[in-house]
Amino acid sequence: MRETVKLNYGGAVNAALARSLEDYPEAILFGEDVALPGGVFGVTRGLRKAFGARVFDTPISETAMLGAAIGSAMMGRRPIVEIMWMDFMFVAFDQIVNQASNVRYVSEGRLTAPLTIRTQQGNAPGACAQHSQNMEALLLHVPGIRVAMTSTPQDAYDVLRSAVACDDPVVVIENRSLYAGPKAEIEIGGDPMPIGGHRLRRPGADVTVVTWGSITSRVLAGADRLAAEGIDAEVIEAVWLNPFDHAAVAASVARTGRLVVVHEANTTGGFGAEIVARVVESGASLKSPPRRIGARDSRIPAAVGLAAAVLPQEDDIVGGLRAAVGR
Amino acid sequence: MTTDDHLADLHAMWRIRVLEEKILELRLAGDVVGSVHLSNGQEAVAVGVCGQLRKQDAVFATYRGHGWAMARGVPAYPILAEVLARTAGVNGGRGGSAHFSAPEYGFYGENSIVGAGAPIATGAALASTFDKSGRVVVTVFGDGAMNQGAVPEAMNFAAAMDLPVIFVCENNKYSELTPINDMVRNPDLSARATALGIPATRVDGNDAAEVAAATALAIQTARHGLGPTFIEAHTRRIVGHYIGDAQQYRPEGEIEADLAAEPIVRLSQQLIASGVAADTVEATHRRAVAEIEEAARRALAATAADPATALEHLYA
Ligand SMILES: Cc1ncc(C[n+]2csc(CCOP(=O)(O)OP(=O)(O)O)c2C)c(N)n1
Ligand SMILES: [Mg+2]
Repeated sequence: MRETVKLNYGGAVNAALARSLEDYPEAILFGEDVALPGGVFGVTRGLRKAFGARVFDTPISETAMLGAAIGSAMMGRRPIVEIMWMDFMFVAFDQIVNQASNVRYVSEGRLTAPLTIRTQQGNAPGACAQHSQNMEALLLHVPGIRVAMTSTPQDAYDVLRSAVACDDPVVVIENRSLYAGPKAEIEIGGDPMPIGGHRLRRPGADVTVVTWGSITSRVLAGADRLAAEGIDAEVIEAVWLNPFDHAAVAASVARTGRLVVVHEANTTGGFGAEIVARVVESGASLKSPPRRIGARDSRIPAAVGLAAAVLPQEDDIVGGLRAAVGR
Repeated sequence: MTTDDHLADLHAMWRIRVLEEKILELRLAGDVVGSVHLSNGQEAVAVGVCGQLRKQDAVFATYRGHGWAMARGVPAYPILAEVLARTAGVNGGRGGSAHFSAPEYGFYGENSIVGAGAPIATGAALASTFDKSGRVVVTVFGDGAMNQGAVPEAMNFAAAMDLPVIFVCENNKYSELTPINDMVRNPDLSARATALGIPATRVDGNDAAEVAAATALAIQTARHGLGPTFIEAHTRRIVGHYIGDAQQYRPEGEIEADLAAEPIVRLSQQLIASGVAADTVEATHRRAVAEIEEAARRALAATAADPATALEHLYA
């Protein structure tokens, strides 16, 4: 049943998990501190009570957790596993890059791994270098793994439900600075949407800006500032990074003739480079060279002032967009 | 066990041995390309374990997995077709020698990442606790894999949750070219399981009957919801780690001793000593040769995997 409710981002994740556990009797949810404690960010609160043994806590063993997700998925479960921080995924990266990715392909579809990995990433004030990284590009280099990143309560809900419904491994990347954000009216309870697609956050005529994750709000703030100067930016939020909606970007660039990609991840090897390359390869006629705005290829310092010097700020975005439109 | 049971084990081991010899031959002839890991000498572990399993049970093996697949019931033809990169292979050539699966036979695959199958097997056992299938899961890995973090993580996870999984460590004394005892302080690998609260046993892995007895107990434990068991099966591979391995790491006299103690020789001698006619014993070999030769002939004649299909099955 569809209904409109007021939820913040964390609440929307919780609602999506609850609905998925209801929809799929084969769904199970596990991770460190997710069940009895309700999650270190409180996002899984109440689910253990509602769904019993299908929601459980695990040892601090990311490899075992992801392996458990893969093996149980092969056997007909629909696991949702939480990796508390993206930075912790690397102790278990084998299970994603060498294992989950290969299940369907190598078996010619005789085996599948319909699992969802929820994690969260990015810098937050004072976070150390091992709790701040934006690593989506590493996952996007791995065929067989779907990847999504959200920044609004509505998408947190919709995308997670689509991820659980998807019959392939999906990594859904959230952001802890969003969990306790403001409540918004969102629609819940419909059928899960197919994976893929983009969100047009702001239509504009002068430059196409592609972005994703929590930095989207910074991009939109920058775009609003530029609107006052007469620069009309079109902002596309790519909630799905694999599959990525290259066609939507191409169509927008065909209208604006300019492209800027903004991500919190490091510039070198970032997914922005791929988006730019695809547009250039397509032979699109561009009025100015495409630009990437990302982190400055550095480790991330804990000090807030230092981190701000590494990660793209609103002024960097505004400056980059001005340069793109030649003003 | 009756004489017929022993003869059945012998035949099962011969089927694996002859399959491995055929794959070696095809590899040396250039029909099979790439990395191939043979299990010659270790057949009694696969035969002993798999003989105790039911259809619904699941095996997760390693790159040294041809024999485990066969012991699970995968016929020789699709295995040979797989290593020969034919469409008729169990995975149409996508798995190759080192990474194929055949879930329709309860063979959930080889794994070419040392230790990585253990956590996945643990997940399969986790599923058993929800689907009430009674499925028991076996994960097999080598001595060297004990030093890979995935294995102890999986063991503890399974122990903490009482999962129906059997950890089978094929201790063949070497990890590639390095003796395991140079890489551990305590050569009793099963002690690690004991330390995690997992019942553990060390068996003669060249004796299919002994392996089977340990497995039967482990299965009972698992089916009663009492959690995992660890079986350390001592065995020897009587071929190189890979094809072309000069095996200079072996001390003098070792291979001769291993050849004398390997499971097929041993069981054949035992049967003859117990009064079974030599021809009856040898017939198990002849039957295996006839079967594998025929399968190889068919596999060689089968159609090569079609490059036009290379991008299929990436996503749902
Ligand atoms: C993670 C990882 N590290 C290294 C290798 C290379 N490698 C393949 S087999 C092997 C030896 C493994 O020894 P053991 O676990 O005893 O199994 P065995 O080959 O003796 O059956 C190594 C190091 C690998 N495949 N995966
Ligand atoms: Mg070994």
